[in-house]
Amino acid sequence: MEEYTIIQAQALSDAVFEMWIHAPQVARNAKAGQFCIIHPDGAGERVPLTISGTEGDNIRIAFMAIGTTTKLLSTLKAGDVLRDVVGPLGCPSEIAEGNETVVIVGGGVGVACTPILAEAAKKAGNYVIGIIGARTKDLLIFEDDMKELCDELYVTTDDGSYGIKGFASGPLKDLCESGRKIDKVWIIGPGMMMKVTSEVTRPYNIKTFVSLNPVMVDGTGMCGSCRVTVGGEMKFACVDGPEFDAHIVDWDDLMARQRMYMAEEKQSLEYHEEHHECRCRKVN
Amino acid sequence: MDRAAEERIRDFSEVDLGFTAEEAVAEAQRCIQCKKPKCVEGCPVGIDIPAFVKAIAEEDFKKAVTIIKQDNMLPAICGRVCPQETQCQGVCILGKKGNPISIGHLERFVADVEEKRECPIPAEPSGKKVAVVGSGPAGLSAAAELARLGHAVTVFESLHEAGGVLMYGIPAFRLPKDIVQAEIDAVKRLGVEIKTNHVVGRSVPVEELLSYDAVFLGTGAGLPYFMGIEGENLPGIYSANEFLTRVNLMGAQNFPIFDTPVKRGKKVVVIGGGNVAMDAARVAKRMGSDVTLMYRRTEADMPARLDEVRHAKEEGITFMTATNPVRFVGENNAVCGVEAVKMEIGEPGEDGRSSIKEIEGSNFVVEADVVVEAIGQGPNPLLLRMMPDLARNRNGSVTVNEVGQTSIAKVYAGGDVATGAATVILAMGTAKDAARAIDAKLRE
Repeated sequence: MEEYTIIQAQALSDAVFEMWIHAPQVARNAKAGQFCIIHPDGAGERVPLTISGTEGDNIRIAFMAIGTTTKLLSTLKAGDVLRDVVGPLGCPSEIAEGNETVVIVGGGVGVACTPILAEAAKKAGNYVIGIIGARTKDLLIFEDDMKELCDELYVTTDDGSYGIKGFASGPLKDLCESGRKIDKVWIIGPGMMMKVTSEVTRPYNIKTFVSLNPVMVDGTGMCGSCRVTVGGEMKFACVDGPEFDAHIVDWDDLMARQRMYMAEEKQSLEYHEEHHECRCRKVN
Repeated sequence: MDRAAEERIRDFSEVDLGFTAEEAVAEAQRCIQCKKPKCVEGCPVGIDIPAFVKAIAEEDFKKAVTIIKQDNMLPAICGRVCPQETQCQGVCILGKKGNPISIGHLERFVADVEEKRECPIPAEPSGKKVAVVGSGPAGLSAAAELARLGHAVTVFESLHEAGGVLMYGIPAFRLPKDIVQAEIDAVKRLGVEIKTNHVVGRSVPVEELLSYDAVFLGTGAGLPYFMGIEGENLPGIYSANEFLTRVNLMGAQNFPIFDTPVKRGKKVVVIGGGNVAMDAARVAKRMGSDVTLMYRRTEADMPARLDEVRHAKEEGITFMTATNPVRFVGENNAVCGVEAVKMEIGEPGEDGRSSIKEIEGSNFVVEADVVVEAIGQGPNPLLLRMMPDLARNRNGSVTVNEVGQTSIAKVYAGGDVATGAATVILAMGTAKDAARAIDAKLRE
C-alpha cells in the first residue's frame, strides 16, 4: 500500500475526527507520548498531532477541525493519500516498569492521547486510573478504548450531560484527597485545563506530566517556534518534550504563544471559505 | 547584472541575473592564466579554476563545467552562494591592482547553460550500502560522490523536501529553488534514493542506521541559538531559521493561499551580521516591512558575503551597527520594541574582528513588531542525543579525524555538524573527503 494512505476516517463529533493512516516508519517506532506531523498537501501547514495508537503499520490520530488545514484534513476519506506524515517525534512518556499507580487525565481532544498511554502503562504492569472529560456528551471521545484499558475510569462532562458533572479535575481531586497512593499523573488537554488541573496534584507532591502543544513548524528542533519556559529555562517542546513537569511550566508564556496566530487563522479560514476552489490546490 | 533594487524588493525572483555568454567569454579572457594559480589554493575544494576559465574563454562551456564537476558537483549553487571574495577571488592576482576575475559568476554561468545536468557514470556496483543522514549541501555531495564510486546510497531527510538549508534557509531571490531541485534530481539520477520524512533517531532507529556498511552524517547546524535575554518568548520574535523556513519552505509569503502564516511587521529588527541575517532582512523587506539590521560590531566585521551586504543596503535596509540588544519590550502580549545598548569598538582581537565593550547607560529602545534573531546555530541535538557514543568537541560539533571519521568506526561526518556553522562549499569539501575515505574503507 502507498505510504500515508488513509485507511479509515470518521467523525467522532461535529468537530473531532479520527483517522487510521498507513505510515509504517511511524507505526513501527511510535511509543506513548510521541507525536507525528501531518502535512496533507503542499500548501497546507505541518500539523503536529499526538499519536493515539498503532496497529501493525498503521497509526491512529484524532484531531479537531479548527483551522484551514485541519478542516481540509477532515474532508479526506479512506483511500486518500496524504502528502507527508513524519514521526514519531518527541520523547516517549516516562512510564515506570510496574507497580505504580498512575492517573491519566484527558480533556477535550486531549483525550486522544490517553489510550496509547494507558495501554503502555498497563502493559508495564502499572495500576491505571483514567479520567476523561469533555464539555458535553457529544464531544466525548475514546470512552470505549479507555474503559477497556484502564483499571478504573471516571468520565466527566462540564454540563453534566453524561457521567460526573464538572471538570476532569474533580475526580482527580477526590483521588488525591482519598489518601490513595498515586505515583504519577498525566494531564493532557487544552492549556488552561492543564494549568488548572495540575494545581490539584501540587500540594501532594505527585509527579505530574503535561503534554504541551505549542505552535510548531518542523518538529525536529530546527526552528524554535515551540519554545516554552520550563523551570525558568528555554526548552523546545518538539525535542525536549512534548511532556514536561507540570509544576514548573510557565503557562502564561505557553498560552500567549499559542494565541500568536489567531488573527491569521481567522483570515485564512475566511479566505478559503470565499475561494473554495482553492482547496484543490495543485501544489503537491 | 543585478535587477534594480526598487523592482526586486517587490518579488522573490533572483536578484543577480548573471552573465550573458558574451560577458562570460570577455570576463574569462581577462584571466592571465597564472603559472602558480593562487585561486586554486583559495578554493576549499581545489577546483582547477584557470582550466575552466580558459575553456570559457575558448567558448567551450561544456568542457568548463566538466572540469568544475571533477571537484564540485553543485556549481550552480556554489557559484551563487560561495564567499568568493574571501576565497578564490580574494587571492586573484588581478585583484591587486584592479578587479579580480569574477570566478563565481563564471562558475554559475557554465552551470546554468548546461541544459540537462549531466552526471558522471557510476562505477561498477560495489555491493556496499551507505546511509547518508541529511540532504543539505554535505549530504548531497557525499551521496553523489559515493554513488559515483559505485555504492548503493540511501539519504534520510527529516523534512518533506530534500535540500536542507538550500531549500529552507537560503531565499529564492539568492538561490532559485528550481536550481536546487535540478541539482537534487541530478544526484537522484546517479541512483541515490532520497527518503524524505525520515527522522534518523526517531523514525529510523540508530540500530537500523548502523546496519548499513557505512554512515555519513551531514545533519548540519540546525539548532538556532537565542540571545537569552528578557522577553525572548514574546510573540513576534523569531529565530531566523523559523522565519526563513516559514517563507522558503512553507510559502508564508503567499499566505493565505498557503496556510502557514508569518507575521508581517511594520517595523522589523533583524539581529546579526551574517548571511542568514541578510537573508532574513531581505525577506522581511519583500513582505513590505521597514527593516533595521542590528549588529554589535562594525559593518567591516560582518561575516556576510560582501554581495549580500551590498544588496541589503541597496534594498533600503537600515544598518544599525555597534548596537547590541539587551531586552525585548512587550505590549499586549506581543513584542513592540528592542532595548539595545551602544557598543564601544576597540582593537581587533585574535580572530581579526573588532573587540567590543558595552557603553554603560547608552540604552535606548528601537520600535519593532517583529524581531528575527540570526545570531548563529549549533548542531541539531536530536540524532546526537540518540548516539551517546559519538564523541563531540567543546562546542558540540561531532569530532572527526582528517578524513571525517568519527569515534564510531563506520560513521563519518562532514559539513556544519563537524565543522560548526560554516559555508556551503566547506560542507561539500568535507563531505567529499569523507565519501572518498568511506570508499577506501569499504574496498579494504
